Amino acid sequence: MKKFTFATLAAALMATSAMAVDLTVYTAVEAEDLARYAEAFNAEYPDIHINWVRDSTGVITAKLLAERDNPQADVIWGLAATSLLLMKAEDMLEPYAPAGVENLDPKFVDSSSPPYWTGMDAWVAAVCYNTVEGEANGVPAPTSWADLTDPVYQGHIIMPNPNSSGTGFLDVSSWLQMFGEEGGWQYMDALHENISRYTHSGSAPCKLAAAGETTIGVSFAFRGAKSKAAGAPIEIIVPTEGVGWDMEATAIVAGTANLEAAQTLVDWTITRQANELYNQGYAVVAYPGVAQPVEYFPEGLVDAMIDNDFEFAANNRGEILAEWASRYDGKSDPK
Amino acid sequence: MGAQIGKRVRPKLGRDDWAQRSFMLIIGLYLLVALAFPLVTMLSKAFSTYHFDLSQYEVQVSDEAGNFGPVQNLVDLNAAASPPVFEDLATNTNGRLGITKLFPDFSFRSPVLYRFHGLNDGAVYLVGSERHAGAEWIELDSNSFRRIVLRPVSERGLANFTTYFSTPSLFQSVRNSLTIAAITTVITVSLAFWFAYALARSKMRFKGVFRMVAMMPILVPSLLPGIALMYLFSSRQGILKFLMFGHDINGPIGIVIGSVFFTFPHALIIISTALSISDARLYEAAQSLKASRWKTFWTVTIPGARYGLFSAAFVVFNLVITDFGLPKVIGGNYNMLAVDIYKQVIGQQNFEMGAVVSMVLLVPAVLAFGIDRRMQKKQVALLSARSVVYEPKANRLGDWLFFGYSSMVAVFVLGIIAVCQFAALIRQWPYNLSLSLNNYDFSRMDGGGWSSYQNSLLLALLTAIIGTVVVFWGAYMVEKTKGFRLGRTLFQGLAMLPMAIPGMVLGIAYIFFFNNPDNPLNFIYGTMAILVVSTVTHFYTVSHLTAVTALKQMDVEFESVSQSLKQPFTKLFWRVTVPVSLPAILNISIYLFVNAMTTVSAVVFLYSTDTALASVAVLNMNDAGDIAPAAAMGMMIFYTNAGARILHALVSRRLLARSNAWRKG
Repeated sequence: MKKFTFATLAAALMATSAMAVDLTVYTAVEAEDLARYAEAFNAEYPDIHINWVRDSTGVITAKLLAERDNPQADVIWGLAATSLLLMKAEDMLEPYAPAGVENLDPKFVDSSSPPYWTGMDAWVAAVCYNTVEGEANGVPAPTSWADLTDPVYQGHIIMPNPNSSGTGFLDVSSWLQMFGEEGGWQYMDALHENISRYTHSGSAPCKLAAAGETTIGVSFAFRGAKSKAAGAPIEIIVPTEGVGWDMEATAIVAGTANLEAAQTLVDWTITRQANELYNQGYAVVAYPGVAQPVEYFPEGLVDAMIDNDFEFAANNRGEILAEWASRYDGKSDPK
Repeated sequence: MGAQIGKRVRPKLGRDDWAQRSFMLIIGLYLLVALAFPLVTMLSKAFSTYHFDLSQYEVQVSDEAGNFGPVQNLVDLNAAASPPVFEDLATNTNGRLGITKLFPDFSFRSPVLYRFHGLNDGAVYLVGSERHAGAEWIELDSNSFRRIVLRPVSERGLANFTTYFSTPSLFQSVRNSLTIAAITTVITVSLAFWFAYALARSKMRFKGVFRMVAMMPILVPSLLPGIALMYLFSSRQGILKFLMFGHDINGPIGIVIGSVFFTFPHALIIISTALSISDARLYEAAQSLKASRWKTFWTVTIPGARYGLFSAAFVVFNLVITDFGLPKVIGGNYNMLAVDIYKQVIGQQNFEMGAVVSMVLLVPAVLAFGIDRRMQKKQVALLSARSVVYEPKANRLGDWLFFGYSSMVAVFVLGIIAVCQFAALIRQWPYNLSLSLNNYDFSRMDGGGWSSYQNSLLLALLTAIIGTVVVFWGAYMVEKTKGFRLGRTLFQGLAMLPMAIPGMVLGIAYIFFFNNPDNPLNFIYGTMAILVVSTVTHFYTVSHLTAVTALKQMDVEFESVSQSLKQPFTKLFWRVTVPVSLPAILNISIYLFVNAMTTVSAVVFLYSTDTALASVAVLNMNDAGDIAPAAAMGMMIFYTNAGARILHALVSRRLLARSNAWRKG
């Protein structure tokens, strides 16, 4: 890969270590977390230098797929498992069982043997409820998904469009899994009546709830906790039926020229220490027994996580999205 | 006449001709490599269709005791039922087809076993998420067999277009986009024309200030007006929500207001260029013919500015139709074409359908190009070698009217910028309105702190310098050379294309084209060079139109005289063309600079670790919900661009004073 000639040259010029390796790592993890992760890793492995390429889940996924014939990344560290499943089906990942993978909760490890990816932390759906707006508009706090179809919520709910947002798809797929195919679509038909807007970003609904633009935003817990920490008057509600989730996960890109260093990095990403780092932002992590409660995260989140069938979600995604678009997309436009 | 002279002094001209043609070839090559080839690579995906080829798979089913029956082909199983189980086998690149429906008795609890394989290596299928291909048989129990999904095979065809035009939720966007773009074009071009007219043809006060203010929207990332409109007009917390009379800013209204805001300076640059060079003799003639001001306006001013007006309309229309940032933030549920590309490519990784939508977007651009060719033939040069610069005369009432009008536009622009600055300083809108500088703590900034800001600055400088040279040379070659008609027409066509290409499409096209290991230019992938090339290309059209508009207003007589004096064209170029076009050249360079600072959609796919950009940081912070830091970083970009513009204004004034003294003569 030509790109590395520059990187290697630069490294040589700086005359650091003769053994130094540069790894290009694609990620969708929040920018402020990346520095911590790299620092902790480099404390143990100073010779492996991480070059981050960070963007939103959609952009990184599209970039990886577009680069399929000439991959630029060595490792993916922190991308939705749903995206990694897509790449696994395209033969773009290098199967590898990191040392100590048996310590992880099996839910967080790819089902193949050796696994193609390993999970880091869970990214759980939740409902953000603005208490100030709720009171002002006489809209009570919901406790379940079913509540949200009550006419009292008409025009008070914003959720992400599953055709643009992974979080939106996570919700739709979880409803279909929990309520069954027919029940799921019936539920969404009823919910659609109350939705004031579908957004293109998964965090937007909670952001909008935090800013009082809507009373209720269907989003994810991590986002809600951040807004709450920033002082927004919101409650993060975990619907009683259960909540959908996805995980941030790690994989080696097939065809990497730095396989050994990539494996060293992936070995480290599943250690207890790494999981403790993940736990600073996420309440649910892959390594059992590590998770400490995270401030502002709602209680009972772990128990509410549904038994998510990632395979179902990945293999039916196209059909589900097409069905969703034909039912709700564009039709909600007033006129 | 020119042709005759041309024949007589053939040797001298011959050398010039060759020099001109080789220059044109170089810039033509640039456009081919930076634009045409990547686009063809990307758009050809529109013709990649996918379907499930059942005939490539065979299955063997056992009885309950485990004795396998005959080998059956899936295509026969499908045909066995009437009507067939799967009638439509067309799908997209991500298609997956479960096959248990082919077995009417299937139950995942049954003890029946299945053997399954494909006939060749192209027959791909998944068991769960694991990929299999090829002729090797696998044996599965019923519960695992239901996890088999087929993957489609690819071929060339028009099926994607059929799908597109038969899917209402996609097709509807065509109408929406055309409506919004048309409304915005009318509003923006009218507003910008009177503003430019006030600047060029009146004696109103504070022209310099108005010019500065009017250019402000171009200095901020297009996301910021979206944020500002939300703060101002959103139905619940908006400061001025009463002005909306119950309408929702999220939707067509928001898109139009935001689009007018961000397209205004683009239109103003072009129309100003068209109005700034004018021949006072025409006005004197009109006056001596006792033509009314009204008549003079319609017979002298408008025809003279016609080309500029049309160019401006073309640019605004395409900017609106290709922009995805604004409708994504403030468009609500109103579907637009560019947002559909976002949904297809980013949301669903369906590059093929993204390419189809991109091709639909090209239609208005191609139409506009056709009209442009026709208009060009009628265009008359306004600035002949004998021209006299028009000096507006004072007109008390008119000047005050223009002042009032310009102030209103200025208030609109400043208001939106001020709200962004306000947003950047508020701790937690709308519940904690205390001011804070926390949002300026860029050490936590997305994409490498201040280094991304420096990268943006470097990108902007390189784009401004390299881009201006490339664009102005190219425009000169198209406008002022003779012969080689076909080449010039092709060139002109290519130069108009970037306007019609959403940045996102260009960015992904660059990945496909430049990240191909067989491409000799592969080495620029992941470097600053590819960011510069993509940015110059992305903003090529407006720069090109500005240059062409300026060049058109110079009489071809300059060339004829120079030729008959046997001067090489390079001398004319440096001694006359460049000095006369200096305002346009400076405008092009600042235009490229500020756009390189704010651009997101193409470069978001192309930056790498060492070339992270500030504008991308704004987008990502906004997406992550950190609206205030996004506004803060956006305002940093604004102040940088404002600084650059002030510098530009000072330099312009000095250079113009020196090189345009002849006009006063």
